[in-house]
Amino acid sequence: MNFFRARRRQQLIFAACVIVPMLASYALFLVWPVGWAFSISLSDWNLFQNAGNFVGLRNYMRAFRDPIFRISLTNTFYYAILSVPLGLGLAILLGVLIQGAGRFRSLFRVLYFMPVLTSEIATGVLWRWLYQPEYGLFNSILSAINLPRLGWLYSPELAMPSVVAYATWKGIGFTVIIIMAGLDGIDETYYEAARVDGANLWNLFWHITLPLLRPTLTFVLVTGVIGSLQVFGPVYVMTQGPGGPLNRTRTMVLHQYQTAFLSFQWPYGTAIAFISFAIIMALTLAQLRLLRRRWEY
Amino acid sequence: MKRTKLLRWGLWIVLGLGSMAMVLPFYWMVLTSVKSKSEIVRIPPSFLPESLTLSNYVEAWERLQFPLLLRNSAFLATTMTALILLSSALVGYVFAKVDFPGREPIFILVLSSMMIPFNVVMIPLFLLIVRLDWADSYWGIIVPGIFSSFGIFLMRQVMGTIPEDLLDAARIDGASEFSIFWRVALPLSTSPIAALGILTFMGQWDSFLWPLIVLTRADLFTLPVGLALFNNRFYTEYGPLLAGATISVVPILILFFSAQRLFMESVALQGMKL
Repeated sequence: MNFFRARRRQQLIFAACVIVPMLASYALFLVWPVGWAFSISLSDWNLFQNAGNFVGLRNYMRAFRDPIFRISLTNTFYYAILSVPLGLGLAILLGVLIQGAGRFRSLFRVLYFMPVLTSEIATGVLWRWLYQPEYGLFNSILSAINLPRLGWLYSPELAMPSVVAYATWKGIGFTVIIIMAGLDGIDETYYEAARVDGANLWNLFWHITLPLLRPTLTFVLVTGVIGSLQVFGPVYVMTQGPGGPLNRTRTMVLHQYQTAFLSFQWPYGTAIAFISFAIIMALTLAQLRLLRRRWEY
Repeated sequence: MKRTKLLRWGLWIVLGLGSMAMVLPFYWMVLTSVKSKSEIVRIPPSFLPESLTLSNYVEAWERLQFPLLLRNSAFLATTMTALILLSSALVGYVFAKVDFPGREPIFILVLSSMMIPFNVVMIPLFLLIVRLDWADSYWGIIVPGIFSSFGIFLMRQVMGTIPEDLLDAARIDGASEFSIFWRVALPLSTSPIAALGILTFMGQWDSFLWPLIVLTRADLFTLPVGLALFNNRFYTEYGPLLAGATISVVPILILFFSAQRLFMESVALQGMKL
């Protein structure tokens, strides 16, 4: 019996040696910064004096009056509304097609996955070049087939869709892999049974594949919305400076970055961070609840 | 039978055209990087280079300080990956196999921290790093990043599948708790650890926002930061810019093609999150 007690003590000591540093790290680099950020967002704190007074919700009110914040909020939602359904729809289509591609299955999977690996910055620079109005590839192709050239990133209307096209190219392979992993988990016998009953390809997709892919799709949708509301890298590189023509590609995180790290308005910047956090949380919870109800049979 | 064959050919053609769209930008990147300055701005552009030149690479190499950036990125990504793997395996093992008071609530805390977006933590974390005098050093990047909630969660799932008998046998043989982890649990989880390692390395190699904020000294810049700032300064010098982009993309693609299967598995792992 003594042996087990001694071992138990050793186990607890080992656990403490691992868990205590972890807790310390989470407390110092996560919990405390979030708490501190919240108190900064309620003050007029500044870095140089390292002091500030409590000002209540003034920074939050300011966000709602700030026209540029409103534009960045609209832009962020616009980005999400364009990129999430496009990415999801395309990924389902590609996933199902590649799954059925027989001997070229792994080749296609690799080809569609390639952009995922590459850095946002490198490929952002690359796409800026493809979009270049005079010498870029896209306008050259348009000219070659006698279509009018477009302004792409320089056009207020096309700037955001152009960024979305880039982001879809960059990220689609990732979603495809996850969807294909989900497809692998669907039991082949469902399809066989349905085929015996005379179901066509569309029936199989609509009545078997989609419902059984539900957990995977929920995952892709929820993480996709979260990711798209936090988009920063592509807009930073592709539309440098204030955030594109007429601020059309200034997203929430870009606005926050500029406010805090370039204009040094820390309290206002943190208030924006918390507003975006609240929006993301609300949308995530709403989606999870909605999806659960919708799919219950 | 004929119909299915036709369908399959149609499928290959559609997917083939799609893959061309995926690969064409990369072709254009390499193509532009080996064109001369005057050929880059020719209208209409040439689809094959008239003469190959490495001048863009030479220019990028010198002006971007590429060897330095590559070394910095390699150092940071490797260090971070090693630390995150070790911490995730250790913490994951303890959560899965050691019963200690407060285990459940602490694990829920770790899980829920995945919900906090980085941009909420970013500003005060930066102010903290400044206070600790870690701004402009790798400490400010490494120390706050040692523990990864996703890694811990993943390794807990993996370690949970190790049979208890195996660990007890080692205990009876008198192995210490750490050596049970190191000699028994770790070797049994090598392939998920490798997958997590690849995922982590990719993320760290491309990590941008936090290094951009913390690092301001040019000799510490990583590849993405260096390239982004070069992009800001020399906005229209596409030759050297794309040479730089090519150099930063190639190491990852080499890694990818040498360990393809592991890559694909590691991505599929992400789906386990929910």
